[in-house]
Formats: sequence, structure tokens, C-alpha cells
Amino acid sequence: MSPKPGNESATLTPLAGRSGRWYSLRLEYDSSRTRSPWWTPILSVVLALLLCAVFIAANGMSPLVVYEKMFRGAFGTSYGFTETMVKAIPLLLCGLGIAVAYRISVWNIGAEGQLTVGDMAATAVTIYFPDLSSFWSITLMLVFGTAAGALWGLMTAVPRTHFGVNELITSLMLNYVALLALDYVVFGPWKDPKGFNFPGSPMFTAAQSLPVLGSTRLHIGLVFGLVAVLIYYLMIRFTRWGYELRLIGANPTAARYAGIHIKKHIIIVMLISGGLAGIAGMAEVSGVTHKLMQGISPGYGYTAIIVAWLAKLNPLGLIVTSILFGGLIVGGYSVQTIGLPSSISEMLQGAILFFLIAGDMIHRFRIRRSA
Amino acid sequence: MDFTTQLLIAAISAGTPLLLATLGGILTERAGIIQLGAEGLMLMGAVTTCIVYIRSGNLILALLSAVAITALLGMVHSFLCVTLRANQTMSGLAMTLFGSGLSAYVGKSISGIPLPGSLPKLDLEILKPVPVLGELFGRLDLLTWFSLLLVLVLHLLIHHTSWGLHLRAVGDNPATADVMGIRVQLIRYCYVTAGAALIGLAGADMVLAYAPTWNEGLTAGRGWIAVGLVIFARWNPLRALFCAYFFGALDSLGFRIQLLGSAVPSYFLKMIPYVVTILVLMYLGYRNRNKPSGTPESLGTPYIREQRF
Repeated sequence: MSPKPGNESATLTPLAGRSGRWYSLRLEYDSSRTRSPWWTPILSVVLALLLCAVFIAANGMSPLVVYEKMFRGAFGTSYGFTETMVKAIPLLLCGLGIAVAYRISVWNIGAEGQLTVGDMAATAVTIYFPDLSSFWSITLMLVFGTAAGALWGLMTAVPRTHFGVNELITSLMLNYVALLALDYVVFGPWKDPKGFNFPGSPMFTAAQSLPVLGSTRLHIGLVFGLVAVLIYYLMIRFTRWGYELRLIGANPTAARYAGIHIKKHIIIVMLISGGLAGIAGMAEVSGVTHKLMQGISPGYGYTAIIVAWLAKLNPLGLIVTSILFGGLIVGGYSVQTIGLPSSISEMLQGAILFFLIAGDMIHRFRIRRSA
Repeated sequence: MDFTTQLLIAAISAGTPLLLATLGGILTERAGIIQLGAEGLMLMGAVTTCIVYIRSGNLILALLSAVAITALLGMVHSFLCVTLRANQTMSGLAMTLFGSGLSAYVGKSISGIPLPGSLPKLDLEILKPVPVLGELFGRLDLLTWFSLLLVLVLHLLIHHTSWGLHLRAVGDNPATADVMGIRVQLIRYCYVTAGAALIGLAGADMVLAYAPTWNEGLTAGRGWIAVGLVIFARWNPLRALFCAYFFGALDSLGFRIQLLGSAVPSYFLKMIPYVVTILVLMYLGYRNRNKPSGTPESLGTPYIREQRF
């Protein structure tokens, strides 16, 4: 049976009805269903957990034990929960930056590098201006970190707008450049002379560290993240700039005819995107690690891509998903105590993204009965 | 052996995985599907080769399993992008993230264990007396020869056969191809799967010929460089050969300069391939700003039958 012309459908296996009459089920693409439903993120997390359970079981461990360990480690104790929140901060800031860019289909995957240069710029302040007051050193670190991240974003934006280079490749290449530059400074010029030859910068002083909540490690960076989400929400909803972004996101061709300068918007969103990742880097180095060292980010920039996509680029959703993924990272660490690699959490992240994009599309198909 | 010959050999050895991955990318993208999962596929190919080779000691079995696993992932990508018409960028990213996570997870048990052997080399007696080439060819392993052969085969396939015509039609104008009776979806499935398998083979070559033990994140962005190389090569297998060896040379040049006792810190030398990728792409973009870039015209747009233009 060949499909009728102009009628796009895939015929599934014919099913025998109760009455014995044969009829078939068809999948029909409904292009009007563009809004993805609220349940796909939840379903994709569940399915990803099931898929990874297969791999865990194949490795000879009980998935239930592993997942229970992860959940307890991330959310079961007050220490675990504050650690989860600590990890959620860079995810929220980077994820927000990524969401801004994705809104107009600028696929920034360079948050990792932008965060790393933010780390380095903030550390540069502590090395070259060691004796500033608390206020000035934090302010300067914030300014430098943001500027460095924004510059890294600009280096992705300009090749895209003026040379037509795919921003995915540029931003990713710049991640490797940033990580190598980090290695260079921690092994070379910025190495702590009193650090027993350990690659890392000297410890920050109290004046160079962000304030923390009580005796936990939860730092003021959380406020940066929440304020940034609020500003983003207000800008998108109530400003001309936000309106133009929404217009480009909905239909770039129409936006161009409406006289919107798309190149300018690409540069602006990449500056914001990079700047936010830079803030995340600054907050991380000044609020958590208190020194620059190798492997300072466990792939926050990459995880933030999924955080943003899972939140469907929605600012409030970002808060929820970044906490969830913060928990996933902390949970990943806690399974190490039972001898499993923490890459389990990376695997889960990739699987969640797979099911998410599949789920959003499956929703667009309608099951039809055809005679 | 002089410096140039050494560099040439190093360039070929570092360039072969890039070449295989680029050819895989070309096949996928000629059919109109963006392949950004190359990094994840290479990692999966590499880790599968290592695990099977170490556990079984059988090289052929190891290569076959690497190809099979990555072809399976390629089918997942085709299912998402062709059947479900999902966002091809996101599907590729998911593949990279999932591939690097899964490869790190399953590779933990064999991390750092050296492989029981490497690829056999083809010693051709007739080539021995030729001055530089004789020495060069004696050192090429089977996968390198295979990749060279593949360049030729794919060039002929794409440009001189009716299969290639169908492939190009599907990538450039699926609606017309469909009207002509070409099975667009089937062809896309086949080439995306074959392309993914080649990228997996590139990963296998990484561990068999280049870095003989598994380490987490072993490919260090070479999958992404291959994604860039597909653009440099303008979706053309013959150009891919030169582009891949050029990058192989860059890759090993840093290492050589270091051996010569250069004052430049090694970190900066390691940045060369990444920085050059960006610069070359910018140059190509500038030079070809008013010319067609060779991109398959419907790259990245899913084909929907009822939408005819």
C-alpha cells in the first residue's frame, strides 16, 4: 500500500480489532502542535533513569542502591542539600546565559570556557591587586569576571556575524583554549610558591572571598543568580529588546523584514551569555574554591546546556532544573563512596537530553485510525 | 630519518582518525543531517575497541563491535532527526554528552591498561627503494590504508555514481528527490548510520594507532575538529584528505617543537589546532562570503512530505 499523494503518514502494523475487522493505526505529523507539553521534562528524567539503570545493572550493581545513594547524597542531609545548592549556582547562571542565546537560535556551547576565563580574571584581581578592601576586591573581581566571560562570548559572536562561522565550533574550540590557558597559569606564573608544588594559585584572603551563609558553603552567588533570573524575566517580558528577541526566536525571516538588526542581537546575546558564565566563574572561585586550580569546573558549562533545555528556556524553570542537576552532580560524587565513577551523572544528563528532544517531537504526532 | 619524514609520518598517524571522522561527517551531512555527535561517537568507538580488545584479545572483533555500537547510535540519531524531525543540533549535543558520560563510565575498569597489540602494518617490498615514500609507506597501518582507499571510494561514490546522485539529491533538495521516486528517509537512515560507524572507526583508530590506552575524554575535542574539517573540506572527500593531514601535522607539530626544546610553554602549542580551526573557518567564511560554500542545501532542515515549495 503506498501512501496517498500529499498525505504524509507512516503506517504502523495493522491491528486486528475485536470484531475481527482489520484497521490500521497511523502516525500523522501535526505541525500546529509546536508548544511542547509540561510533562516531557518529567518523563524524560524518568526514562533516562530507567535507561541508565540498564547500564548500571550490566555493570553488576543494583540500580536502586545506586540511585538511592545519589538521592540521599544530594538531598537527604542538610549538608548534601547546601552542596546541591552550591552546585546549582553556576548551573543557574550559565544556564540562564545559554537560554538567552538559544532564544534566538544562537547555539552557545562555550559556557565552560566562558566560565573558566571568568575564574581566571577574578583570580588575576587577587594576584595583581592583593591589598584591596573587601568591597573593592569583590567588585573588581565581579567586573573582571563578567568582562572576561563577555569577551569570550564576543569571540564566538563576531566570527558568526561577520564571517559566517558556525558558533558551535567556535565556542567549543574556545573552551579548549580556555582550559589550556588555565593549565598554563596554574602550573606557571600564578602557581602558589608555598603550595608544595601543587598546581594552583595562592589561597584567597577573607577580603577576596564571597560571604557565605552561616557555617555552610552556600555563598552570595545564589543571590546573583536569582537577581539575574529576575532581570532576565522582566527584560524579556517588558522591554523592546525582549520583544525583539521573542520575535527573532519565533520567526527570524519575519524579524529581518521588520527591520530588526539580527547581527546586533547575536552580539548582544553572546555578550550577555558569556558575561553570565563569567559571573558564574567568578562566584565559583571566590565563593567556593577560594583559589584557582585545575579542573575547577566539573563540566558546569555542558551541564548547563541541558539545564536550559530542560527548563524550556523558561527563567523559573531554570531555578528548578539547576537545583535538580546540582543534585545530580553531588549525587554523582556520593556514588564514588561505593566504588562507582561519578561519570554516571554525565551519562544520565545525556540520556535526559535524548529523551527530552524525542518526547517533544513525539508529542507532535497524532495517532489516527484509518479505515 | 629526517625531520620532514618524521613529521609526515606523525601527521598521517594523527590525521587518520581525523580523516575517518571527517569522512563520516561528510556522508552524514551530504544526506542533509547535521552530525554534531562526532565527539561522543569517537569516544564510544574508542572505549568499545579497548574493552573488547582487552577482554577478548581479538582485534577484528574489537573493530567490529566499535562499528556496530556506533552504527546503533547513528540509528538513534537518524530516528530522532529523520523520523521524529527533532532538532539536529540538540540530538548531536545529546549524543556527545551521552557518549562522553557512558564511555567514561564503562571505561573506568580498563582505564590505563595497555592494549594487547596494535594494527598490523603493510610492508610493501616494491615501495622500499623509493626515497621518502618507501620509508613512509612501510609505516602505515591497515586502517590508514583503509582510510586512503575510502577517500577514493567515497569520491567516486559521491561524484560518479547514481547512488551518489541520489545522496546529493536527498541532501540538496529532498522534495524533488522524493518526486523522482528516491526514498529520502531510507537514504538518510543509511548514510547517517554509515557515517556514525565511520566516526566510531575513527575512535577505534585513536586508541589503536595513536594513544594505546583508554583515558577518560581521550579524544580531547578531535571529534569537534572533525566537524570543522567537514566544512573546510566543503563536504568533499578528496579535500578532506588534505585538510585532515594538515591538522594532523599541526597536532604533532606542537609536540615536535616541544621535543626540540622550545621556550614556548606546551600549553600554547596545544592550543594551535583549536585556534587554527577558528582562524581557517573565519578565513574561508570571508573568502567565500559571496560564493556557495558547498553546504548541502537542505542541511539541518527535516524533510516533511506535505510541505512542498
